[in-house]
Amino acid sequence: MEYILSIIGPMLEGTVVTLQMFFITIVLSLPLGLLLALGRISRFKAVSGTVGVYIWLMRGTPLMLQLLFVYYGLPFIPYIGVKLPDFPAALVAFTLNYAAYFAEIFRAGIQSIERGQYEGAKVLGMSYVQTMQRIVLPQVIKRVLPPISNETITLVKDTSLIYVLAMNDLLRTTRSIVQRDFDTAPFLVAAVFYLAMTFVLTWIFQKLEKRYAVYDE
Amino acid sequence: MIRMEHIYKNFGQLAVLNNVSLSVQKGEVVAIIGPSGSGKSTLLRCLSRLEAIDRGTIAVEGEVLAADNPEGKSHYAAEGEARRICRKMGMVFQHFNLFPHLTVLENVIEAPQVVQGASREAIIPEAQMLLDKVGLLEKKDVYPSHLSGGQKQRVAIARALAMKPGIMLFDEPTSALDPELTGEVLKAMRQLAEEHMTMVVVTHEMAFAREVAHRVIFMDKGEIVEEGTPQRLFNSPQHPRTQAFLNSAL
Repeated sequence: MEYILSIIGPMLEGTVVTLQMFFITIVLSLPLGLLLALGRISRFKAVSGTVGVYIWLMRGTPLMLQLLFVYYGLPFIPYIGVKLPDFPAALVAFTLNYAAYFAEIFRAGIQSIERGQYEGAKVLGMSYVQTMQRIVLPQVIKRVLPPISNETITLVKDTSLIYVLAMNDLLRTTRSIVQRDFDTAPFLVAAVFYLAMTFVLTWIFQKLEKRYAVYDE
Repeated sequence: MIRMEHIYKNFGQLAVLNNVSLSVQKGEVVAIIGPSGSGKSTLLRCLSRLEAIDRGTIAVEGEVLAADNPEGKSHYAAEGEARRICRKMGMVFQHFNLFPHLTVLENVIEAPQVVQGASREAIIPEAQMLLDKVGLLEKKDVYPSHLSGGQKQRVAIARALAMKPGIMLFDEPTSALDPELTGEVLKAMRQLAEEHMTMVVVTHEMAFAREVAHRVIFMDKGEIVEEGTPQRLFNSPQHPRTQAFLNSAL
Protein backbone atom coordinates (compact mmCIF):
# COMPACT_ATOMS: atom_id res chain seq x y z
CA MET A 1 0.00 0.00 0.00
CA GLU A 2 2.79 2.35 0.92
CA TYR A 3 4.49 1.46 -2.32
CA ILE A 4 1.38 2.31 -4.32
CA LEU A 5 1.02 5.65 -2.56
CA SER A 6 4.62 6.41 -3.43
CA ILE A 7 4.08 5.89 -7.17
CA ILE A 8 0.75 7.70 -7.36
CA GLY A 9 2.38 11.13 -7.52
CA PRO A 10 4.33 10.56 -10.75
CA MET A 11 1.41 8.61 -12.21
CA LEU A 12 -0.94 11.54 -11.58
CA GLU A 13 1.53 13.76 -13.40
CA GLY A 14 1.35 11.35 -16.34
CA THR A 15 -2.43 11.40 -16.13
CA VAL A 16 -2.40 15.18 -16.47
CA VAL A 17 -0.51 14.86 -19.76
CA THR A 18 -2.97 12.20 -20.95
CA LEU A 19 -5.98 14.32 -20.01
CA GLN A 20 -4.57 17.47 -21.59
CA MET A 21 -3.95 15.62 -24.82
CA PHE A 22 -7.44 14.10 -24.66
CA PHE A 23 -9.38 17.29 -23.94
CA ILE A 24 -7.64 19.54 -26.42
CA THR A 25 -7.98 16.88 -29.12
CA ILE A 26 -11.72 16.51 -28.46
CA VAL A 27 -12.33 20.24 -28.40
CA LEU A 28 -10.54 20.68 -31.73
CA SER A 29 -11.50 17.52 -33.60
CA LEU A 30 -15.27 17.58 -33.01
CA PRO A 31 -15.87 20.93 -34.76
CA LEU A 32 -13.29 20.07 -37.42
CA GLY A 33 -15.05 16.76 -37.97
CA LEU A 34 -18.40 18.50 -38.40
CA LEU A 35 -16.87 20.90 -40.89
CA LEU A 36 -15.33 18.02 -42.83
CA ALA A 37 -18.67 16.18 -42.83
CA LEU A 38 -20.37 19.22 -44.36
CA GLY A 39 -17.56 19.35 -46.92
CA ARG A 40 -17.92 15.66 -47.65
CA ILE A 41 -21.62 16.06 -48.54
CA SER A 42 -21.06 19.31 -50.43
CA ARG A 43 -22.48 19.44 -53.93
CA PHE A 44 -19.19 20.92 -55.10
CA LYS A 45 -17.26 17.91 -56.35
CA ALA A 46 -13.87 19.52 -55.69
CA VAL A 47 -14.73 19.99 -52.01
CA SER A 48 -16.33 16.59 -51.40
CA GLY A 49 -13.57 14.85 -53.37
CA THR A 50 -10.75 16.54 -51.47
CA VAL A 51 -12.36 15.76 -48.12
CA GLY A 52 -12.93 12.18 -49.30
CA VAL A 53 -9.23 11.73 -50.06
CA TYR A 54 -8.32 13.30 -46.71
CA ILE A 55 -10.58 10.92 -44.80
CA TRP A 56 -9.24 7.98 -46.77
CA LEU A 57 -5.66 8.93 -45.89
CA MET A 58 -6.38 9.50 -42.23
CA ARG A 59 -8.36 6.32 -41.75
CA GLY A 60 -6.17 4.29 -44.05
CA THR A 61 -2.83 4.77 -42.31
CA PRO A 62 -1.85 3.97 -38.74
CA LEU A 63 -2.28 6.73 -36.19
CA MET A 64 1.23 5.90 -34.96
CA LEU A 65 2.63 6.55 -38.43
CA GLN A 66 0.84 9.90 -38.54
CA LEU A 67 2.30 10.80 -35.15
CA LEU A 68 5.79 9.97 -36.28
CA PHE A 69 5.29 11.79 -39.56
CA VAL A 70 4.10 15.05 -37.98
CA TYR A 71 6.98 15.02 -35.51
CA TYR A 72 9.87 13.74 -37.65
CA GLY A 73 8.68 14.13 -41.24
CA LEU A 74 6.92 17.49 -41.31
CA PRO A 75 10.06 19.62 -40.85
CA PHE A 76 11.38 18.31 -44.18
CA ILE A 77 8.32 19.26 -46.24
CA PRO A 78 9.10 22.32 -48.39
CA TYR A 79 7.18 25.55 -47.62
CA ILE A 80 4.82 24.20 -44.97
CA GLY A 81 7.50 22.32 -43.07
CA VAL A 82 7.71 23.27 -39.41
CA LYS A 83 9.45 21.66 -36.53
CA LEU A 84 6.86 21.24 -33.82
CA PRO A 85 7.67 20.42 -30.20
CA ASP A 86 6.38 17.02 -29.10
CA PHE A 87 3.10 18.07 -27.47
CA PRO A 88 1.80 20.24 -30.35
CA ALA A 89 2.98 17.66 -32.86
CA ALA A 90 1.03 14.92 -31.12
CA LEU A 91 -1.96 17.23 -30.83
CA VAL A 92 -1.95 17.93 -34.57
CA ALA A 93 -1.76 14.23 -35.41
CA PHE A 94 -4.54 13.24 -33.00
CA THR A 95 -6.80 16.09 -34.08
CA LEU A 96 -6.39 15.44 -37.80
CA ASN A 97 -6.92 11.72 -37.32
CA TYR A 98 -9.93 11.89 -35.02
CA ALA A 99 -11.56 14.63 -37.07
CA ALA A 100 -11.63 12.18 -40.00
CA TYR A 101 -13.45 9.56 -37.92
CA PHE A 102 -15.84 12.14 -36.46
CA ALA A 103 -16.48 13.44 -39.99
CA GLU A 104 -17.73 10.04 -41.08
CA ILE A 105 -19.95 9.76 -38.02
CA PHE A 106 -21.43 13.21 -38.60
CA ARG A 107 -21.87 12.52 -42.31
CA ALA A 108 -23.81 9.34 -41.61
CA GLY A 109 -25.87 11.22 -39.03
CA ILE A 110 -26.67 14.10 -41.36
CA GLN A 111 -27.60 11.77 -44.19
CA SER A 112 -29.90 9.77 -41.92
CA ILE A 113 -32.19 12.79 -41.47
CA GLU A 114 -35.23 12.34 -43.72
CA ARG A 115 -35.63 14.54 -46.76
CA GLY A 116 -38.99 15.65 -45.39
CA GLN A 117 -37.22 17.62 -42.65
CA TYR A 118 -35.34 19.67 -45.25
CA GLU A 119 -38.53 20.14 -47.25
CA GLY A 120 -40.52 21.16 -44.20
CA ALA A 121 -37.88 23.77 -43.37
CA LYS A 122 -37.61 24.95 -46.96
CA VAL A 123 -41.31 25.66 -47.42
CA LEU A 124 -41.20 27.66 -44.19
CA GLY A 125 -38.62 29.89 -45.84
CA MET A 126 -35.50 28.71 -44.02
CA SER A 127 -32.13 28.96 -45.74
CA TYR A 128 -29.66 26.07 -45.91
CA VAL A 129 -27.68 27.42 -42.96
CA GLN A 130 -30.82 27.96 -40.87
CA THR A 131 -32.09 24.49 -41.76
CA MET A 132 -28.80 22.90 -40.74
CA GLN A 133 -28.47 24.91 -37.55
CA ARG A 134 -32.01 24.71 -36.27
CA ILE A 135 -33.51 21.54 -37.74
CA VAL A 136 -30.93 19.04 -38.97
CA LEU A 137 -27.93 19.26 -36.63
CA PRO A 138 -29.93 19.20 -33.36
CA GLN A 139 -31.44 15.91 -34.53
CA VAL A 140 -28.07 14.64 -35.75
CA ILE A 141 -26.55 15.06 -32.28
CA LYS A 142 -29.06 12.64 -30.80
CA ARG A 143 -28.29 10.06 -33.45
CA VAL A 144 -24.49 10.32 -33.32
CA LEU A 145 -24.07 10.32 -29.54
CA PRO A 146 -23.46 6.54 -29.25
CA PRO A 147 -20.74 6.34 -31.95
CA ILE A 148 -19.17 9.61 -30.74
CA SER A 149 -19.06 8.15 -27.26
CA ASN A 150 -17.26 5.10 -28.68
CA GLU A 151 -14.61 7.16 -30.43
CA THR A 152 -14.12 9.37 -27.41
CA ILE A 153 -13.41 6.41 -25.18
CA THR A 154 -11.00 5.04 -27.77
CA LEU A 155 -9.19 8.37 -27.80
CA VAL A 156 -8.48 8.19 -24.06
CA LYS A 157 -6.58 4.98 -24.67
CA ASP A 158 -5.03 6.07 -27.99
CA THR A 159 -3.30 8.97 -26.24
CA SER A 160 -0.90 6.37 -24.88
CA LEU A 161 0.67 6.25 -28.36
CA ILE A 162 2.55 9.46 -27.56
CA TYR A 163 5.14 7.32 -25.83
CA VAL A 164 6.81 7.04 -29.27
CA LEU A 165 7.62 10.75 -28.99
CA ALA A 166 9.09 10.03 -25.55
CA MET A 167 6.34 11.99 -23.82
CA ASN A 168 5.59 11.00 -20.26
CA ASP A 169 1.88 10.27 -20.31
CA LEU A 170 0.21 7.89 -17.87
CA LEU A 171 1.30 4.69 -19.60
CA ARG A 172 4.92 5.65 -20.29
CA THR A 173 5.34 6.90 -16.73
CA THR A 174 3.96 3.62 -15.49
CA ARG A 175 6.27 1.63 -17.70
CA SER A 176 9.34 3.40 -16.45
CA ILE A 177 8.28 2.75 -12.86
CA VAL A 178 7.83 -0.93 -13.68
CA GLN A 179 11.27 -1.09 -15.26
CA ARG A 180 12.85 0.76 -12.36
CA ASP A 181 11.27 -1.31 -9.57
CA PHE A 182 10.90 -4.74 -11.24
CA ASP A 183 7.29 -4.80 -10.06
CA THR A 184 4.23 -5.08 -12.35
CA ALA A 185 1.74 -3.71 -9.79
CA PRO A 186 1.92 -0.18 -11.32
CA PHE A 187 0.33 -1.63 -14.49
CA LEU A 188 -2.75 -2.52 -12.44
CA VAL A 189 -2.84 0.96 -10.97
CA ALA A 190 -2.61 2.43 -14.48
CA ALA A 191 -5.51 0.21 -15.57
CA VAL A 192 -7.59 1.58 -12.70
CA PHE A 193 -6.71 5.14 -13.78
CA TYR A 194 -7.80 4.47 -17.35
CA LEU A 195 -10.98 2.77 -16.15
CA ALA A 196 -11.80 5.76 -13.97
CA MET A 197 -11.40 8.12 -16.92
CA THR A 198 -13.56 6.04 -19.25
CA PHE A 199 -16.12 5.61 -16.48
CA VAL A 200 -16.55 9.36 -16.20
CA LEU A 201 -16.89 9.63 -19.98
CA THR A 202 -19.45 6.86 -20.11
CA TRP A 203 -21.41 8.59 -17.38
CA ILE A 204 -21.33 11.93 -19.21
CA PHE A 205 -22.54 10.38 -22.45
CA GLN A 206 -25.30 8.52 -20.63
CA LYS A 207 -26.48 11.83 -19.21
CA LEU A 208 -26.41 13.39 -22.65
CA GLU A 209 -28.34 10.52 -24.20
CA LYS A 210 -30.95 10.81 -21.48
CA ARG A 211 -31.29 14.51 -22.15
CA TYR A 212 -31.93 13.85 -25.82
CA ALA A 213 -34.36 11.04 -25.02
CA VAL A 214 -37.11 13.58 -24.21
CA TYR A 215 -38.30 13.27 -27.77
CA ASP A 216 -38.80 10.25 -30.04
CA GLU A 217 -38.49 10.37 -33.76
CA MET B 1 -52.41 34.93 -57.06
CA ILE B 2 -50.67 32.04 -58.79
CA ARG B 3 -49.83 31.78 -62.43
CA MET B 4 -48.11 28.69 -63.82
CA GLU B 5 -47.72 28.61 -67.57
CA HIS B 6 -46.56 25.85 -69.90
CA ILE B 7 -44.74 23.91 -67.23
CA TYR B 8 -42.58 21.02 -68.37
CA LYS B 9 -40.84 18.69 -65.97
CA ASN B 10 -38.98 15.47 -66.66
CA PHE B 11 -37.57 12.90 -64.29
CA GLY B 12 -34.91 11.46 -66.58
CA GLN B 13 -36.75 10.21 -69.64
CA LEU B 14 -40.14 10.36 -67.96
CA ALA B 15 -42.23 13.44 -68.68
CA VAL B 16 -44.04 14.12 -65.39
CA LEU B 17 -45.47 17.46 -66.37
CA ASN B 18 -46.21 18.08 -69.99
CA ASN B 19 -47.25 21.64 -70.80
CA VAL B 20 -49.35 22.22 -67.70
CA SER B 21 -50.84 25.65 -67.02
CA LEU B 22 -52.66 26.62 -63.86
CA SER B 23 -53.95 29.93 -62.56
CA VAL B 24 -55.45 30.46 -59.15
CA GLN B 25 -57.38 33.56 -58.14
CA LYS B 26 -57.39 35.17 -54.72
CA GLY B 27 -59.70 33.35 -52.34
CA GLU B 28 -60.15 30.47 -54.71
CA VAL B 29 -60.02 26.85 -53.54
CA VAL B 30 -58.70 24.57 -56.24
CA ALA B 31 -58.69 20.81 -55.85
CA ILE B 32 -56.41 18.71 -58.04
CA ILE B 33 -57.43 15.09 -58.45
CA GLY B 34 -56.13 12.25 -60.56
CA PRO B 35 -54.56 8.79 -60.40
CA SER B 36 -51.16 8.14 -58.80
CA GLY B 37 -48.33 9.21 -61.04
CA SER B 38 -50.49 11.77 -62.81
CA GLY B 39 -48.10 14.58 -61.82
CA LYS B 40 -50.47 16.37 -59.46
CA SER B 41 -48.11 16.29 -56.48
CA THR B 42 -45.17 17.22 -58.69
CA LEU B 43 -47.07 20.27 -59.90
CA LEU B 44 -47.53 21.43 -56.32
CA ARG B 45 -43.91 20.65 -55.45
CA CYS B 46 -42.74 22.70 -58.45
CA LEU B 47 -44.80 25.59 -57.20
CA SER B 48 -43.15 25.45 -53.76
CA ARG B 49 -39.68 25.05 -55.26
CA LEU B 50 -39.20 21.52 -53.95
CA GLU B 51 -38.73 20.45 -57.55
CA ALA B 52 -37.23 22.56 -60.31
CA ILE B 53 -39.15 22.89 -63.54
CA ASP B 54 -37.41 22.41 -66.89
CA ARG B 55 -39.48 24.90 -68.85
CA GLY B 56 -42.26 27.32 -68.13
CA THR B 57 -43.18 30.35 -66.08
CA ILE B 58 -44.23 30.58 -62.44
CA ALA B 59 -45.41 33.81 -60.86
CA VAL B 60 -46.81 34.32 -57.37
CA GLU B 61 -48.76 37.47 -56.59
CA GLY B 62 -47.31 39.05 -59.70
CA GLU B 63 -43.70 38.26 -58.82
CA VAL B 64 -41.84 35.99 -61.19
CA LEU B 65 -40.31 32.96 -59.52
CA ALA B 66 -39.20 31.24 -62.70
CA ALA B 67 -39.38 32.13 -66.37
CA ASP B 68 -38.08 30.80 -69.66
CA ASN B 69 -34.83 32.27 -70.85
CA PRO B 70 -34.16 32.75 -74.60
CA GLU B 71 -32.86 29.17 -74.92
CA GLY B 72 -36.23 27.88 -73.74
CA LYS B 73 -34.98 26.67 -70.36
CA SER B 74 -36.55 27.80 -67.15
CA HIS B 75 -34.49 30.22 -65.11
CA TYR B 76 -35.19 30.83 -61.43
CA ALA B 77 -34.98 34.02 -59.43
CA ALA B 78 -31.89 34.29 -57.21
CA GLU B 79 -31.99 32.15 -54.08
CA GLY B 80 -32.87 34.90 -51.59
CA GLU B 81 -35.44 36.39 -53.91
CA ALA B 82 -36.98 32.99 -54.65
CA ARG B 83 -37.16 32.25 -50.94
CA ARG B 84 -38.93 35.54 -50.31
CA ILE B 85 -41.46 34.90 -53.09
CA CYS B 86 -42.16 31.37 -51.85
CA ARG B 87 -42.82 32.68 -48.35
CA LYS B 88 -46.19 33.84 -49.67
CA MET B 89 -47.12 30.17 -49.75
CA GLY B 90 -47.50 27.73 -46.89
CA MET B 91 -47.37 24.02 -47.53
CA VAL B 92 -48.75 20.95 -45.79
CA PHE B 93 -47.33 17.52 -46.62
CA GLN B 94 -48.71 14.02 -46.74
CA HIS B 95 -46.22 12.93 -44.06
CA PHE B 96 -46.52 16.11 -41.93
CA ASN B 97 -42.75 16.72 -41.70
CA LEU B 98 -43.04 18.14 -38.22
CA PHE B 99 -39.73 18.72 -36.42
CA PRO B 100 -39.50 15.85 -33.91
CA HIS B 101 -37.00 17.57 -31.61
CA LEU B 102 -39.32 20.53 -31.01
CA THR B 103 -42.56 20.64 -29.04
CA VAL B 104 -45.81 21.49 -30.77
CA LEU B 105 -45.56 25.15 -29.80
CA GLU B 106 -41.88 25.32 -30.79
CA ASN B 107 -42.74 23.80 -34.16
CA VAL B 108 -45.18 26.65 -34.75
CA ILE B 109 -42.92 29.50 -33.61
CA GLU B 110 -39.69 28.18 -35.15
CA ALA B 111 -40.00 29.73 -38.62
CA PRO B 112 -41.35 33.11 -37.49
CA GLN B 113 -38.41 33.32 -35.08
CA VAL B 114 -35.69 32.10 -37.42
CA VAL B 115 -36.91 33.47 -40.74
CA GLN B 116 -38.71 36.65 -39.73
CA GLY B 117 -36.64 37.36 -36.65
CA ALA B 118 -39.70 37.65 -34.42
CA SER B 119 -39.04 37.46 -30.70
CA ARG B 120 -40.36 34.42 -28.87
CA GLU B 121 -42.56 36.50 -26.60
CA ALA B 122 -44.06 38.41 -29.51
CA ILE B 123 -44.99 35.35 -31.51
CA ILE B 124 -46.29 33.02 -28.77
CA PRO B 125 -49.79 34.57 -28.40
CA GLU B 126 -50.30 34.29 -32.16
CA ALA B 127 -49.02 30.70 -32.15
CA GLN B 128 -51.34 29.78 -29.28
CA MET B 129 -54.23 31.32 -31.14
CA LEU B 130 -53.43 29.18 -34.19
CA LEU B 131 -53.12 26.04 -32.09
CA ASP B 132 -56.43 26.86 -30.46
CA LYS B 133 -57.95 27.27 -33.89
CA VAL B 134 -56.94 23.73 -34.90
CA GLY B 135 -58.05 22.47 -31.47
CA LEU B 136 -54.63 21.56 -30.10
CA LEU B 137 -53.79 24.25 -27.60
CA GLU B 138 -53.72 21.76 -24.73
CA LYS B 139 -51.04 19.76 -26.61
CA LYS B 140 -48.69 22.72 -27.02
CA ASP B 141 -45.92 21.35 -24.82
CA VAL B 142 -45.80 17.76 -26.05
CA TYR B 143 -43.48 16.41 -28.72
CA PRO B 144 -44.94 15.37 -32.09
CA SER B 145 -44.28 11.66 -31.47
CA HIS B 146 -47.02 11.74 -28.84
CA LEU B 147 -49.65 12.92 -31.32
CA SER B 148 -51.95 10.99 -33.62
CA GLY B 149 -51.62 11.48 -37.36
CA GLY B 150 -54.61 13.78 -37.49
CA GLN B 151 -53.22 15.89 -34.66
CA LYS B 152 -49.82 16.06 -36.35
CA GLN B 153 -51.40 17.29 -39.54
CA ARG B 154 -53.35 19.95 -37.69
CA VAL B 155 -50.11 21.14 -36.06
CA ALA B 156 -48.55 21.23 -39.53
CA ILE B 157 -51.39 23.45 -40.70
CA ALA B 158 -50.91 25.80 -37.73
CA ARG B 159 -47.15 25.84 -38.36
CA ALA B 160 -47.68 26.86 -42.00
CA LEU B 161 -50.21 29.52 -41.02
CA ALA B 162 -47.80 31.06 -38.51
CA MET B 163 -45.84 32.48 -41.45
CA LYS B 164 -49.01 34.30 -42.56
CA PRO B 165 -49.04 32.96 -46.10
CA GLY B 166 -51.53 34.28 -48.62
CA ILE B 167 -51.80 30.88 -50.23
CA MET B 168 -51.90 27.40 -48.71
CA LEU B 169 -50.78 24.34 -50.61
CA PHE B 170 -51.87 20.89 -49.46
CA ASP B 171 -50.14 17.80 -50.84
CA GLU B 172 -52.45 14.86 -50.12
CA PRO B 173 -52.90 15.99 -46.52
CA THR B 174 -55.07 13.06 -45.48
CA SER B 175 -53.50 10.22 -47.47
CA ALA B 176 -51.28 9.00 -44.63
CA LEU B 177 -54.08 9.08 -42.06
CA ASP B 178 -56.33 6.38 -40.71
CA PRO B 179 -59.81 6.90 -42.14
CA GLU B 180 -61.29 7.94 -38.79
CA LEU B 181 -58.71 10.75 -38.49
CA THR B 182 -59.23 12.41 -41.86
CA GLY B 183 -62.34 14.25 -40.65
CA GLU B 184 -60.54 16.49 -38.15
CA VAL B 185 -57.98 17.57 -40.76
CA LEU B 186 -60.60 18.21 -43.42
CA LYS B 187 -62.56 20.24 -40.89
CA ALA B 188 -59.58 22.51 -40.28
CA MET B 189 -59.10 22.90 -44.03
CA ARG B 190 -62.78 23.63 -44.55
CA GLN B 191 -62.57 26.32 -41.90
CA LEU B 192 -59.66 27.91 -43.76
CA ALA B 193 -61.63 27.86 -46.98
CA GLU B 194 -64.51 29.59 -45.21
CA GLU B 195 -62.09 32.33 -44.20
CA HIS B 196 -61.37 32.81 -47.91
CA MET B 197 -57.83 31.47 -47.82
CA THR B 198 -56.50 30.81 -51.30
CA MET B 199 -55.90 27.06 -51.41
CA VAL B 200 -54.54 24.47 -53.79
CA VAL B 201 -55.32 20.97 -52.58
CA VAL B 202 -53.99 17.79 -54.14
CA THR B 203 -56.33 15.16 -52.77
CA HIS B 204 -58.00 11.80 -53.06
CA GLU B 205 -60.91 13.03 -50.94
CA MET B 206 -63.59 13.38 -53.58
CA ALA B 207 -66.23 14.48 -51.09
CA PHE B 208 -63.97 17.30 -49.91
CA ALA B 209 -63.22 18.39 -53.47
CA ARG B 210 -66.91 18.35 -54.29
CA GLU B 211 -68.05 20.31 -51.26
CA VAL B 212 -65.24 22.77 -50.62
CA ALA B 213 -63.45 23.44 -53.90
CA HIS B 214 -64.55 26.16 -56.27
CA ARG B 215 -62.79 24.45 -59.12
CA VAL B 216 -61.66 20.88 -59.63
CA ILE B 217 -58.81 19.92 -61.92
CA PHE B 218 -58.37 16.39 -63.20
CA MET B 219 -54.82 15.45 -64.12
CA ASP B 220 -53.60 12.31 -65.84
CA LYS B 221 -50.23 11.38 -67.34
CA GLY B 222 -48.70 14.78 -66.69
CA GLU B 223 -51.49 16.79 -68.28
CA ILE B 224 -54.57 18.65 -67.19
CA VAL B 225 -57.28 16.62 -68.85
CA GLU B 226 -60.30 18.49 -67.68
CA GLU B 227 -61.30 21.18 -65.22
CA GLY B 228 -64.46 22.85 -64.06
CA THR B 229 -66.75 23.47 -61.14
CA PRO B 230 -67.16 20.44 -58.89
CA GLN B 231 -70.73 20.03 -60.05
CA ARG B 232 -69.81 19.94 -63.70
CA LEU B 233 -66.72 17.77 -63.29
CA PHE B 234 -68.26 15.21 -60.95
CA ASN B 235 -71.76 15.10 -62.47
CA SER B 236 -71.02 15.35 -66.16
CA PRO B 237 -67.35 14.70 -66.91
CA GLN B 238 -66.63 15.22 -70.58
CA HIS B 239 -63.43 13.33 -71.11
CA PRO B 240 -63.40 9.51 -71.16
CA ARG B 241 -60.31 9.43 -68.89
CA THR B 242 -62.09 11.60 -66.31
CA GLN B 243 -65.13 9.37 -66.53
CA ALA B 244 -63.01 6.24 -66.05
CA PHE B 245 -61.16 7.75 -63.08
CA LEU B 246 -64.31 8.97 -61.35
CA ASN B 247 -66.01 5.64 -61.89
CA SER B 248 -63.19 3.84 -60.11
CA ALA B 249 -62.69 6.50 -57.41
CA LEU B 250 -66.24 7.13 -56.31
